[in-house]
Amino acid sequence: MGVGIEVTNLNAWYGANHAIQDINLNIPANHATALIGPSGCGKSTFVRCLNRMHETIPGARVTGSVIIGDLDIYKDIKPVEIRRRVGMVFQRPNPFPTMSIYDNVAAGLKLNGYSNRHVLDEIVERSLKNSALWDEVKDNLKKESGASLSGGQQQRLCIARALAVDPEVLLMDEPASALDPVSTSKIEDLIFQLKAQYTIVIVTHNMQQAARVAEKTGFFLNGRMVEFDSTDKIFTNPSDKRTEDYITGRFG
Amino acid sequence: MRARIRALTDGAATGLAVLATVLVVAPLVAIFAYLIYKGASSLSWAFFVETPKPVGEVGGGMANAILGSAILLGVGSLIGVPVGIAGGIFLAEFGRGTKLANAVRFTADVLNGVPSIVMGIAVYSLIVVPQGHFSAFSGGVALGIMMVPTVCRTTEEMLLMVPNSVREAALALGVPNWRSVLAITLKTASPGIITGCMLAFARVAGETAPLIFTAFGNVGWNTRLNEPMAALPLQIYVYALSPYDDWHRLAWAGSLVLIVLIVLAVSLVRYVTSRGVLKGAS
Repeated sequence: MGVGIEVTNLNAWYGANHAIQDINLNIPANHATALIGPSGCGKSTFVRCLNRMHETIPGARVTGSVIIGDLDIYKDIKPVEIRRRVGMVFQRPNPFPTMSIYDNVAAGLKLNGYSNRHVLDEIVERSLKNSALWDEVKDNLKKESGASLSGGQQQRLCIARALAVDPEVLLMDEPASALDPVSTSKIEDLIFQLKAQYTIVIVTHNMQQAARVAEKTGFFLNGRMVEFDSTDKIFTNPSDKRTEDYITGRFG
Repeated sequence: MRARIRALTDGAATGLAVLATVLVVAPLVAIFAYLIYKGASSLSWAFFVETPKPVGEVGGGMANAILGSAILLGVGSLIGVPVGIAGGIFLAEFGRGTKLANAVRFTADVLNGVPSIVMGIAVYSLIVVPQGHFSAFSGGVALGIMMVPTVCRTTEEMLLMVPNSVREAALALGVPNWRSVLAITLKTASPGIITGCMLAFARVAGETAPLIFTAFGNVGWNTRLNEPMAALPLQIYVYALSPYDDWHRLAWAGSLVLIVLIVLAVSLVRYVTSRGVLKGAS
């Protein structure tokens, strides 16, 4: 089951660049929450703070607290452990090129020491079914490389790979921006189904996509969160002038 | 008119490319052809199963030198490949931008430029002198040290070519960094790293100078690492400099065998490592 996320006074830097400033936010469990905003507004950096991937970049730094479930991820737990609970899907599909489809999905488990074949088989099948890829790849699971799939299939493979470690939260950093419309709609359908089991945070600069998949939407601008509310409210009656200007296409 | 000029330019460029290709391939073909011409007639069953005959007796072979080369290269690879790969991993994955990494990289580049005879003398004073006698082990060490810089730098280059998104994918799954490096990044880069190892192997397989003061050579059988051992390049060197026609013929045959064995060894490794590569893997 998904868990909620409580962000308090979050600040993040790249060297001297103060990329994220004083973010306070409550992300509800088992819902899809969209983060929108123009390029460079810090929305990607923000989600990378939610699984401590931000700090893997040399010179990067974070302050503030992020509580996921009942754990302060910057205090109570090691980065590798939080990343097993908080899965991530990246903007560009990034399957492991030398691994088969099966091994790609099983990678997170195998590399963390699970080796029971039956359990792995079961998890790989379930994950691929959950990511709506099973029917397309079930005959070539161990014969084909993950890199041999189409872009849309690769992205669903990456989703399956993230789901296989059974996370509580799924972070999606513009998961459909490199995909064609058909693949995009498949990913969006998937988000709809997945939020029953996971808390989903999706970064997008496609506002229609946010409107389609998310119950809550946050608008980011210049490293700050301008407004956070129900998606309906953000897109029909935003409280902040800047939000309105952005969603009506006056800038960005 | 413009179309004709374009066609001419295109033709000229293609012609130059073909010419360059021929120039690159020609020396290799020429050497190989000349070796076959000079050496093939002296090849016989005896060459592969007999040890050298004393001066004055006709015949004999280089069986001990072939075996010796295999053993020396085996010892060399056991030292050079792991050390080189470990160094490359450090340079690309853990030491990026550190002073130590810069020092290691600089040392590797300098080591690459050290003449092989100097390497022989260095190992001579480090191992042979303290031990008091020549040995196959010291020869293997000399070859191994010569392999390190090539293996190290190609490993680094190949690891750096692995896209960062692959590293991030592994980290985001909660895989510890060291494990991600070994199981994901290194594996992704492995075709290039294997090529680097093969290059280093082929290069030292023909080295004579580092063996003169270390493995020394041996006219009889020896499989013990702490005794002097024969090697094909050494044997070729000694035979080619000798005043006897029969030895000259054996030297030619030995050169041919050396090149063929290197080609076979490299092909074998390529074949073995290319099996099990998946459809569509990149």
